[in-house]
Order: sequence, then structure tokens, then C-alpha cells
Amino acid sequence: MYDILKIGGQEITSRLFLGTGKFSPNSLIPEVVRSSGAQVVTVALRRIDPEYDEENIASFIPKECIMMPNTSGARNAGEAVRIARLARAAGCGNWVKIEVITDNRYLLPDNYETIKATEILSAEGFVVLPYISPDLIVAKKLVEAGAAAVMPLGAPIGSNRGLKTKELIRILIEEIPLPIIVDAGIGRPSEAAEAMEMGAAAVLVNTAIATAGNPVAMARAFGLAVQAGRAAYLAGLAETQELARASSPLTGFLRD
Amino acid sequence: MSFYEELKKYNNFNFKLFFDQVTDASIKKVISKNRLTEEDYLTLLSPKAEKYLEDMAQKAHRLTIQHFGRVIFLYTPMYLANYCVNQCVYCGFKVHNNLERKKLTPAEVECEAKIIAGTGLKHILILTGESRLKSPVSYIKECVEILKKHFTSISIEIYPLEENEYAELVSAGVDGITIYQEVYNEEDYAELHPAGPKRNYRFRLEAPERACRAGMRTVNVGALLGLTQWRTEAFFTGLHADYLQKTFPDVEVSISPPRMRPQLGGFSPRVEVSDKNLVQYILAFRLFMPRGGITISTRERAELRNRLVRLGVTKMSAGSCTAVGGRSNPESACQFEISDERSVREIAEMLYAQGYQPIYKDWQTI
Repeated sequence: MYDILKIGGQEITSRLFLGTGKFSPNSLIPEVVRSSGAQVVTVALRRIDPEYDEENIASFIPKECIMMPNTSGARNAGEAVRIARLARAAGCGNWVKIEVITDNRYLLPDNYETIKATEILSAEGFVVLPYISPDLIVAKKLVEAGAAAVMPLGAPIGSNRGLKTKELIRILIEEIPLPIIVDAGIGRPSEAAEAMEMGAAAVLVNTAIATAGNPVAMARAFGLAVQAGRAAYLAGLAETQELARASSPLTGFLRD
Repeated sequence: MSFYEELKKYNNFNFKLFFDQVTDASIKKVISKNRLTEEDYLTLLSPKAEKYLEDMAQKAHRLTIQHFGRVIFLYTPMYLANYCVNQCVYCGFKVHNNLERKKLTPAEVECEAKIIAGTGLKHILILTGESRLKSPVSYIKECVEILKKHFTSISIEIYPLEENEYAELVSAGVDGITIYQEVYNEEDYAELHPAGPKRNYRFRLEAPERACRAGMRTVNVGALLGLTQWRTEAFFTGLHADYLQKTFPDVEVSISPPRMRPQLGGFSPRVEVSDKNLVQYILAFRLFMPRGGITISTRERAELRNRLVRLGVTKMSAGSCTAVGGRSNPESACQFEISDERSVREIAEMLYAQGYQPIYKDWQTI
């Protein structure tokens, strides 16, 4: 079946997006990208060092990937906007994942500042993918602001706790006319598959792969899980029933 | 409420009684908790918790990888000036110590900067002694202007400033501050700092708060270990970090656990802080603040630093030198002797060998 995700004019076949923090060594990244099948790879501008190629994280991302710089470290809309512009000027393309975090304990995003940054950057022609705490009203405002997709968190970044915000994400999937990409919190391939079965357009995974015993093998497992979940969604899951359906119905005698 | 006010609640706290009452069961319970209270942290710093270092280490290792990944941030210190008007009884640069006083000229700053930048490092920590006359804020700013061309992140470790002065440095391009209280026990502090502006305990204690209000992105605090009882000093340092994180949630907070080193003037540590003690402190802090940074300098010897990588440390200095202009002139006087003289490249290789990624750049001025 021809199943393409379109974002910012690009056609994307892999619905697993990959984060690149926490890998060691960075030279593992190309192999992880390959085994996961990911096409969209996010990298923090704060870590990009064009002057030191040997240690520059961006140089480990395969050329065929779409690089999505993120604004990690931004504490308000203004900083996020400046980071996005610097990334574009550094040749990282026009995609940007907005990450505005004003809470270093749980690393929860500041939705209000994120909306402001989305407005400014989409007006400047960026393909903006904002990372948010799942909230319907915020997501609607992001649609108005020109976001290309909405990225709600499943659980706090790096927590590997799974889809704790499942019901809120379900509402976003039902109500928002943009791709919903579950970002942060997914700890296991089964959780990635679950998000995809729910109708998420894609998932973004970093910590669960980067800190696994074998990151390359785990990347493959996530790739497969995302495909399975997507296939299940497209196939149409059978409805679940509250009660078992008896094979000898009590009212069967009423049928002639 | 400032941290000075917060600390007062421990004025009459009986630490000895608390430690006596810690039990094996209470330690095990704390280790299994997700979110630790101040008392839980103190429990892990107790002498009895030494028996549980391996359990603490396993958890600290897991938490650190979860929150930071297998990465270590690298930086190096650069001493701009050693003029000092203080009389800290333990310091190699104190006013009455007889050493060549020096301050880098702009050309010398440029020269040192080029040598450091050649190692690939992008984060630098600049230091001065306390002399508003010889190393005023305007001088620091002048140096920052030069250093900005070579580094993407500049932190300061200088005398405590007023909030507006910190703001001035933030707009000049400084994004981080390290300031050690040295001694949190106020009585011991008074005795160890007999004269000079550093005698003002409260002004120093509240400096990180002023810096955060002025817009610094990172703040690093610490007690100098070896001056007085380390368990309580470690406790207060953790409380300080926790206070800063709660009060300024958008600031990245970290601690350093520096141990006293032999130095000019020959002051010997008053209290022994063993490797085991240092490890207990690092592990307890990691469990107390899973997202807090922990910085280990080259005060510690190479073989110990290698092992600390897996115990919760997130940041290390590399290719360090504690003399003013010491990289271009190796004859200069050092503030203290360093114990790990490996180059940046050697530290990076050590990290790779342990499955860790050295991070040279983690921020850039925007």
C-alpha cells in the first residue's frame, strides 16, 4: 500500500523519527539511522560544531536524511527563533523542531512560548514542528500559527515511561488536521506500535534507542514496531467488546 | 526567600543525632525512592550509608545515563589574573603569599585562547582573584570580547558581583557562573576568611541567586572539601543546588565537589576526605538531584577520574592549567597543583574507551 507522510512539501516513507542526543560514540549514528530506516533525524543546534568536523554531530547524519535541528536550550520564544535562524544560516535546512523548556527538573515544554515561536518562524518560511505538552487548545492555536505538524509528549523526555498522556494524544489525533507525532517518553517498541495503532502520524525516539544495550538492534526493533503499528492502523483494528460473545446465544430460539 | 534564610532552619539541627538514628532499613528505603527529600539526601550522606555504595552506584549510573546519556561535557579553565585582596587561609593566591602577581593583557588572552581553541574545546571557564582594582568588571568584559571569537560558551569564576554587574556580563556574552561558597558552616567560614571582602558570608552565598536573576544560563556551586566536616558541607551544597533549581527552573544547575590540593603557602587539609567519601557524596547527590550536573576538575588524579565517569559525573575539565598565562608560559605560579595532566585528546580517548562521548560544544551564544 502506498502510504506516504507529507510534511513541509517532503514525502516521508519512514514514520520513525530519530533523536541524536545521548549516543556514544557519535560514529554509531549512521548505523542506527540505517537499521531504523529513519529519514527524519533531529539534532540540537547547541551541539553542532562546524569548526570541528571530527566531533561535529551533524557530520554523522547521512546526507539523504532530512535534518531537523531543534532549539534545545531555548528558554523563551525569542531564543528559539534566534536558534532556528542560526541553524538555517549554518546550512541545516528550513525544518525546525521548536523546543522551549523553562523547567529543568522535568524538562516539560512551555506551550505558550512555543506558540509564539511557531508564529514567527512559520511566517519566515520555516517548516515548524513544535514540541508540546498535549493540549487541544494549544494544538489548535499551533494550527492557526502555521505549524507543519504537532509533536505532543508521551511522557517527560528521557523517562522511557511510555504513553502516559495517551487520552490527550487521542484527542489531538481526532481533532487536529495536522500530523500528530508522538515525541518523548516512548521507552519500548511496543509503545511506539501503540501510538501508531492509535493513528499517530509518526513517533520520535531518542533515549530508548541511544541508551539501549545494543542501540543498532534496538533501532531496528523500533523501525519494525512503527511499521507494524502503522499497518494495523491502516488495516482497521477490530473493535473490542465489553463482554464475551456466547457461542450459544440465550435468545437463539427466537430465530426461526 | 533567599538561600541564606532557607539555611537557617538547620541552625540548631543535630546532625550527629540524625546520623545515629539512620538505620539500614531507612537507607534501603531511600535508595528505592524516586524522589528524595532533604532528609533522604542526608540519610545517604550518613556514615552508615557507606555500606550501600554499590547499590547507590548502580542507581546513580542508571539515572545519569537516562538523563544525560553516555556523554561527558568538557571545558577548561583559563586564569586571567591572580591579584587578590583576600586572606583565605587555605588559598595559594591569598594577599600575603609571595608570588608573582600577573594579569593577562588582551594580546596574551588572545594567545592563550588560540592554544586552547586548538584542542577543539568550545567551553571555557575564566578565573580571577578578588581585586576590583586590578580585575574590574570592565576588564572581564574586555577579555570576554576576545574569547567570544574562539569559544561558544563562556563561564566566569570570579569574585561575587552585584546583580546589575552580572547582567552586564550576560549581555557581554557570559552564560555561566561558578562560585564556590567554600564553607557553608558560617562560623568556620568566618575563621577561614579572616579579612578582605570575602569575609562577607551572605554576599557570597547569595551571589548565585543574583547571577540567575541577571540571566545566567548555568550555575555551579560547591564547598571546598577538607576545610570542615564534609558530610554537612555536602548536604548544604546539595540544598543550595536544589534551592537554585526550584527558584530558577530554567537555569542548569550543577555542583562541584572539589577536594583541597597541596598549594602555595602549604596549607594542609583539616579534614581528610577519602576517595570513598568523595564517591559517597557524588552518588548521594545524583540520587537527590537526578538532573543536576556534577563537575570533576583535574584536582582529582587520572585513575580516579576515569572511574568517576560511570558514577554520575557529567562534566570534566581537561588540559587544565591553574597559572595565569600558564599555557604560553609554563613557568607561571599555580593556584594549586593539578593531578590529572592529560591533554584534551587523551581525556577524549579515555572516554571513548569507556563507551562515552566527549561533548566539546553544548551551547552557543545566540
